[in-house]
Order: sequence, then structure tokens, then C-alpha cells
Amino acid sequence: MEVIIIPIIASLVVIAMGKRIPMWLSALFSLLPILLVGKYFQQMGVEGGWKTIFDQPWISDNIRFTVGFDGLTGILLILTNALVPVIILGGIRNDENRVKITALTLFMQGALNGVFMAQDGLMFYIFWELALIPIYFITLTMSGVDAFKITLRFFLYTFIGSLAMLASLIYLFLHTANYSFAFESLRAVELSHTESLFVGGGILLAFLVKIPVLPFHSWQADTYTNTPAAGTMLLSGIMLKMGLYGLLRWFLPLAPESIEFYQPWVIGLSVAGVLYGALIAIRQKDMKRLVAFSSLSHVALIAAGIFTLTDAGLEGSVLQMFVHGINAVGLFLVIEIIERSTGTRILGELGGLAKNNRLFMVFFMLIALGTVAVPFTNGFPGELLLLKSVYTYNHNLALMAGLTIIFCAVYIFRMVQFSMFGEGTGSVAALKWNEILAFLILIVGVIGIGFMPQLIIDIVHNSIVQIGQWVSEARGVMS
Amino acid sequence: MLTLMIFLPLMGFVVNGILGKWMPKSLSGWLGTATVLGSFVLAVMNFMELSGGTPEIASINTKLFTFLSVGDFHVDFAFQFDRLSAVMTLIITGIGTLIHMYSIAYMHDDDGLYKFFAYLNLFIFNMLVLVLGSNYLMLFFGWEGVGLCSYLLIGFWYKNVDFGKAARKAFVMNRIGDLGLLMGLFLIYDTYGSFEYQEVFRQVFIGTADSTAVNTAIALLLFIGAMGKSAQIPLYTWLPDAMAGPTPVSALIHAATMVTAGIYLVIRSEAIYALSPFAREIVMWIGLATSIMAALIGLKQNDIKKVLAYSTVSQLGLMFIALGCGAYTAALFHVITHAFFKALLFLGSGSVIHGMHHEQDIREMGGLRKKMPITYLTFLIGTLAITGFPFLSGFFSKDEILVSAFSHNPLVFGLALISAGITGFYMFRMFFVTFHGTYRNHHHPFEKVHESPLLMTLPLLVLAVLSVVGGAVNLPHYLGEGISGGLHHLLSYDGGGKFSPILMYPEHVIELSHTAEIGLLAMAVSVFVIAFLYTRNKYVVKGAVPEADADQQGMGKVLSNKFYVDEAYDVAFVAPLEGASDTLTHYVDEKAIKSAVDGVGKGGFGLSKMLSKIQNGNIEYYLVYMVIGIALLLAFNLF
Repeated sequence: MEVIIIPIIASLVVIAMGKRIPMWLSALFSLLPILLVGKYFQQMGVEGGWKTIFDQPWISDNIRFTVGFDGLTGILLILTNALVPVIILGGIRNDENRVKITALTLFMQGALNGVFMAQDGLMFYIFWELALIPIYFITLTMSGVDAFKITLRFFLYTFIGSLAMLASLIYLFLHTANYSFAFESLRAVELSHTESLFVGGGILLAFLVKIPVLPFHSWQADTYTNTPAAGTMLLSGIMLKMGLYGLLRWFLPLAPESIEFYQPWVIGLSVAGVLYGALIAIRQKDMKRLVAFSSLSHVALIAAGIFTLTDAGLEGSVLQMFVHGINAVGLFLVIEIIERSTGTRILGELGGLAKNNRLFMVFFMLIALGTVAVPFTNGFPGELLLLKSVYTYNHNLALMAGLTIIFCAVYIFRMVQFSMFGEGTGSVAALKWNEILAFLILIVGVIGIGFMPQLIIDIVHNSIVQIGQWVSEARGVMS
Repeated sequence: MLTLMIFLPLMGFVVNGILGKWMPKSLSGWLGTATVLGSFVLAVMNFMELSGGTPEIASINTKLFTFLSVGDFHVDFAFQFDRLSAVMTLIITGIGTLIHMYSIAYMHDDDGLYKFFAYLNLFIFNMLVLVLGSNYLMLFFGWEGVGLCSYLLIGFWYKNVDFGKAARKAFVMNRIGDLGLLMGLFLIYDTYGSFEYQEVFRQVFIGTADSTAVNTAIALLLFIGAMGKSAQIPLYTWLPDAMAGPTPVSALIHAATMVTAGIYLVIRSEAIYALSPFAREIVMWIGLATSIMAALIGLKQNDIKKVLAYSTVSQLGLMFIALGCGAYTAALFHVITHAFFKALLFLGSGSVIHGMHHEQDIREMGGLRKKMPITYLTFLIGTLAITGFPFLSGFFSKDEILVSAFSHNPLVFGLALISAGITGFYMFRMFFVTFHGTYRNHHHPFEKVHESPLLMTLPLLVLAVLSVVGGAVNLPHYLGEGISGGLHHLLSYDGGGKFSPILMYPEHVIELSHTAEIGLLAMAVSVFVIAFLYTRNKYVVKGAVPEADADQQGMGKVLSNKFYVDEAYDVAFVAPLEGASDTLTHYVDEKAIKSAVDGVGKGGFGLSKMLSKIQNGNIEYYLVYMVIGIALLLAFNLF
């Protein structure tokens, strides 16, 4: 509850103070919720299901403000509340948009926490939409002629998806025994096969667009490329985890009857997306665009893992969500810092940046290695589990998805080469304390998870087992 | 003690990586060397514990923590020090120490010296994880880790764009192999439910798999990984390019240790390969083809390091021939002796390059024996060892491979003998052109050519001694039963009653008839003599110098262009991939999908109405209304 309210209040404070607000203070604001998350872990633990920690009638008695906590929620809260400080520390330029973007980012933090904690269907939907608003505004501040067109496409895409989800939720709501949007009530609704296809399809569409899975991705690259860095980081680091989280938390439990039908389609599209994103990334010149397609590729593998419905796939997906958040934010931070110093992020115009700033080089390299999934970095264990899960589902698909380990090395090291190595005249300015701090937070994630991925698995294990049980029960009923 | 042995080099990496910038160069260098030396000492102590004690023990095991445990998928972060990993560990840390020491002098003028030692230490750590892991995933850890270090060290001089390209090529080609290896790992887990060597081999042995086809598939997939790491056809082209790295790197990673990881993998998986004659046959023929092809290319290379690189590819091919014939001991024996003499040759070439101030073209050298006596002498020993001069280390190990090939298939023996013969031609060619004849470099006066400092020549001398006596680890039985077959006995250890043999199916010493044995030896010696006399006559007596690249003709041109394999790969793989990428970018993503989406958006009546509304510029207002509405909802109902 407090983790939702505090950042929103903080964002109002930032607006009120305007240009007088120092960066360190807003960073401090954004760091407060993580302490509360720690307290939740201490008090609630990760066992015993999705426990309600706050419940109150809201819009009506049936639409309640209900927030819950378990391992799955906990992991995403850690991710959100660790990455938002990184974004505020390193990702926001000191220009005329600083205050606006800082306030929107903080607002976003609250809304995202709401998404990950909501135990009421309509509350989930409202926070889902609420989380989009800051991004729209951040995207609109972008420079460039196509700003409007790009924002519109992004908006339309997500809006259509959201409406479909809303329709599904309302349909379920009408069939609940007590006219309630509460998660447990919605889950208890028994659907016929045809019903579940429509209801499940609606929910699924919203999530697939947000992830995004091929072919619902065409909002992504342009939006990522043109949005100011903070927006890109929010989108890639945290927001697209809303879609993946939604699959695990809402789609699988609410419409398990439809999984059988959608499974081959989603896995097929996901594996296609893995290759599609990777292939396109190989030849991109704009670093941001390159990472956007890289992200498309990596996230598609997570979606595929979820839909294998295996232990390795479900738990690996959560691990990899966390890891992808760190690495995506890290790469976009690297690009932002390069662009601030040199005025460009086009690979052909860069080179030789390693010469003058060793520290930056080390940070860049570590995050790049995490992305390439080298052992002892965070990318490896998740990718291993996900590929293994796809392998369990279908050997040939795993081989195709596995090509990503080759392509990823090609495009990431190509990016490192043409920005950092070689002869070049440009240089990256010495890192400031806030940028160093932002990188250090990320690097702890890169190395720490690389050695001890089981820490995260242990946290989410119970939640995932529960979801897996519901799914297998429903499938058992089917067959 | 085992853990300390493995993590000591990692500590060196961390200290040099973080503090190295502020440390004096000599401290960085000696620190890096000391950690590896420390590991070597610990390795010797562990080895003593393994085989010196009574009763002997099969292995020292230690589990650090659970790496991953998800559902029925469980992997420990654990190590196993048995006889096979002991041998590998001794090579890695022993030769590693010498090469570290050498590097202190070799890299002395480089500003990135601390970084160099940090990477070298990281490499040693990963290599130890590779050979000491107690399961296939630990092996994969080290496997990828050494690939990374190789990438970092090939591209060490990062300002050079070509070096960067070579580094990426090495990493990517290795990753192609790694994909095969990874699939093999998944198949192993699917079939046997574990990654732990002991458990997997136990199940292999009792026949858990439904059919031999499964084991064949596993063996072939693992071999794809080995092709990448150990530079076999078709994944060998990265290794010659990898010579872009500093010469100690070539000696350590691209000759003595990392590239033999593929051999280690196959020996380790003997239980699986033993069940699949088909997979072994593939291994053997690939090894044979690689061995001959690389040796042929080596005949026409003029870069001193490139000759050695192709020689390495060729020698690795020989080791795979042995593996394919089921002669695991012979392969490991050659790994050991090759580590001695090839590290020696690379370090020797480094000494030459050092003395010539970064000249690598042997056509620009000549007569160096007068200026660099120690380098000359040790290089001679290395050359004699690799070409099979009787009773030096290479003679014994190569002979064992030839014997195993002979007993498997005389044709294979004949082809392997040809490959071994070509070795003599390219090695003596390089040796004579470099050290004999007259000095030919006009840019760099002969007076300035100098012998290298003691820190560099000392490792050369040690390795030279090892190259001479290295055969002692596994002498052939005709020299007397008492002193022969040391390595053979080591690998055939039955586990002392527990189920943990290294070789599941004991190897029989191949006993040839006396005439056959003498015949084989005579043939091996005669190809050596022919190669020696021919090249000596051509390059010393007649004083010939290899022709300029432009003057190459016919077969010589094909060879000096390495059979145009790189060019073929560009046409067959690189260009189509880039074409696919461009097509997807410009046509599919930009045109097809986007216009389809926009079309859908414009098509619907309701949507187009909304579109036109938004196009009036109202989107900001709409959003603001939404925010206000939700804020009001929140505020009024919640409190």
C-alpha cells in the first residue's frame, strides 16, 4: 500500500518544488519504497500463497482496493524499486524536461507497484492503464518530427489490447457468484471451452502487445528509439514485465482452459520473435534501435518459456524477467551516457571510446556480457532454464531459439567494437558519482545473480508452484 | 584446498582488475604469476593425495552450493579432482606459470599490463572450472568462460580494428559449437536425468537410454562443441586469426590449454563414445581431414605465428584421430607433449618477434641463430620434438597415435602418416628460413636484433627440457614393462572398488608383432629424415627464400590463400545472414508489418473516428482527463 502512495506523493513534491529539486533528493525519494519491500519480505515471507495485506472497498463494495504480497510480487517489486532509482540517478538529462520526467518516473514507480500488487481485477486494470500515462507524456517530450505519429501508434496498440482485457475481465465479473472483481472470485468462474477462448484471448492480447510478441511489436522499436532515455528504460526494464507478469498472474490462473489452444501459437510466435529480433539487431546502426530489437528477441524467449508450462520455463521466466530488466536498463544507460558525451549513438560515427574512460568500459563490458549470457553473469542461468524448457516442449524449436546465443554474441560484440574499440577521436566524459552509483547497482545484479541465481528461484518458487498446480488441474479436467 | 586451488587465480584477476591500475607493473606481473604458481603447488599436493596415499582414492570431491534447482532440474556448483582432471590441471597451472613469467618481460612496455595479467588469471580460473567441474554444466561454465577470455585477449590491442574482428570471429565460431554442446547437454539431462559425471556414466553403463541412437546423438552434439573449441573442420578458421593476440596468449590459450578442451570433453565422455562406433568414426575422419588440410596450409604460410597456428590445428586433428580409434590415453599423451613443445615453439616465436621488434614475416628474418643462441637452441628442440625426432616427447606420443590408427585401419594410418610427414616439411622450412641463411631485413639492422632477457629464456629452457623428456609419462612397452605406460595406468585406474573409473572400458595396450612395430617406427623415422633433408637442402644449402605472395601460383596460391575457406564462408553464411537482416529490417518490419497494422487501425470505423479525434491534437487533453479522473477515484473512495 505505502509503496504505491509514497512515489505518487513524491512525484507531486517534485512538481511542487520544480527546478529547485536536487537530483539526489528525488533519487532518495525513489529509494524509499525498496525499504518497505524489504519489510514486506520480513513480515510476510514467501510461503503460504498470495497474502492480502490491505483491503478496502473502493469504487464500490465489489471493486476493491486489494493489494497482496508473495514471492512473485516481491521479485517484481524489488526489480521496480531498484531500477527506478537507477533511472533517476543516471537516466535523466539535466535539461528543461528534467523535472517533468523525474515526476513522471516517480509516478510510474507507484503505478507499477500497484500493478504488481493488485489483487482485484479492476484495480489491476486501472493501474495497468495508469502506468501507461507517464510513458505517453515522456514519449511526447521527445524531439523529432514523428513524435506524434509514434506516440499514436503506441497508444492505439496498447489501448486496443487493454480494452480487450477489460472486456474479458467484465465478462468474468458478470459470471462470479458474488459480482466481485477479486482475483479469487474471478478465478473460481468456470468457463466453457468456447468462452475461455474468448476471455483468455482478450487477456492474452493485452499482454502480448505489451511484451511484445511478434507481430504485435511494431510500436516498440520506434518508441524505444525516440523516447528520452528514462522512458526507454522504464519501458524495457519494467513495463514490458507487466505483460509477462500478467501472463503468469492473471492469464494462466483465470483462463487455464484456453492454454491448450494458445500454447503452440504463442510458443511458435515467440520463437519466431527470438530469431526475428536477433536477425534485425545484427545490422542496426542506431545503438538504441539495436538494443530495442535485442530486447524483442530476449523477451520473446521468456514468453516462450512461460508457455512451455514446465517448471524450468515458469521459474526461469521470472528469473529472466529480473535479469532482462537489469541488462536492458544497463544497456540503455550506457547508450545514454555515450550520447550525452558524443552527441551521437550511431555506430558508424563512434569508435575508440575505451581509450579515455576505463571505468565506463568496464561497466559497459559487464552489462554486455550479461546480455550475451556468459557464465557467471546474470544472463546465463535464465537463458539456460528457458532454452531447456523449450527443449522439453520441442527439440527443433529449441535449436532455433538457441541460435540466439550465436546471434546475440554477433550483435552485442559488434556494438561494443564499433563504439568502444578501434581508433576514434571521441571520448566519454568522466562518470559522475550518480552515474557510478547507478552502474554499481546494476553490476551487483549482473555478477550476484550470475553466481547465485537460486536466490531468486527460491523466492518465487512457491508462487510458481501454485500457478502450475492451477494450470495442471484445469488441463487435467480438460482431458 | 581444492577450492583454493581453483579460486586463487580468480583472486589474482580481481586484485589486478581493480587495483592493477595503481600498482607498479612488476607487482602486477608477479602477482599474476604467483597465483598460478600457487595453484600449481596445490595441484601437485592434491595429486599426491590422490595417488600417493594408501589406499589410493579415486577423486577429491567438493560441493560449494546449489547453482540451480528447479523442479526436477538440479545442478550443483561442485568440483571433482580425479586423475584425468589432475593431469589437465598440472598442464594448465604448470605451463601457465611459465607463460605468466614469460609475459612479465614480454608485455613489459605495454600500458595495459595489469589488464593482461588480470585476463590471463581469469582464463586460468575458467580453464580450471572446465576441467575440474564435477558435472557437464560446470564444464560448460568454464567452456564459455575460456571462450570469453580468448575473446578479450585476442582483441587485447583493441585499437586495431582487425584484431577486434579476429576476436569476434573466434567468439562467434565458438558459440556455434557451443550451441551443439548445449543441445547435447539437454539431451543428456533428458535421457539420464542428471549432469553429474558419476551419475550420467553410471546410467550410461547400465543402459538407461532406449537405444544407441541416443548415445550417438549425444556424442555427435558434444563433438560439435569440440569442433569449435578445438578448431576442427568446419569450425577451425578462427584459430589462425586468433594469432592477433599477444604471443603468450597464443602459447597458453591457443596451443597448450584451451584448444585441447575438446579432447578433454571426449575423453571425459568416453562412456558415451564407447557405445557409438559411428560417432567415433565421424570424430576420426574429421580429425584426419583437419590434420591433413591444416598441415598443407601450413606449408605456405610465412607469418611465423600462422605456421604454428596451422600446426596446432593439424596436431589437434591427430589427437581426434586417436580418440576416434578409441585410444584415449594416446590422445591425452599427445595433449601433454604437444603442450610442452607447442608452448615452447610459440614462446620461442615470441622471443624472435621481441628480438626483431614486432616483425613476424619469416622472409624478413634469416640467420638469427647467431644473435639469439638460446632461442635458437630451444626452438630447435621444439622443432625436433614436434617433427618426431627419435626419443623426444613428440616421437613417442605421435607414434602411439599412429599405432592406434594402424590397428584400427591401415588406410587411416597411411593418411595420418602423411599428415605427420608434412609436419616435418613446414616446421623445418620455418626453422631454417628463420634461423639459418642470411639476414634479409633492410628496415631493421641486424645489429639491433637481440636475445631476449632471462625472464623469457628461462621458461624456454624449462619447456625445452620437458619437450625432450616429456615422453617419459607414457613410454611404449617395448622399452620395458616396468617403466612404460605411466599415463595408461593412471587413466585405467578402476576406482578402488567405487564406481568412478575415468575410462569405463579399460583400454588394451595394442600389441603389434615385432616386425610390424619396427616397420611402423622405421616409416615414422624415415618421413622425418626425408623432410629434414629436403628442407635443409632447399633452404640452407641452396639458400632459397619463400616467394612473395604475389608470385604464388597454382597449388601454392591455393594453399597460401588457405583453400579460400574464409571467402567461401563469407559467401555461404555471412552475406546471406546480413541479407536476411536487411530484408527483415527494410521490407518486413518497416513495410509489411507496420502497414498491415496501420491498415487495421485505419480500417475500423470506430477506430478511425477516434483517430481523427486524436489527430486534432487532443491526445494530451485526453490523457490529462484520464489522470484527473483516476486521481479523483482514488482520492474520494479510498479515504
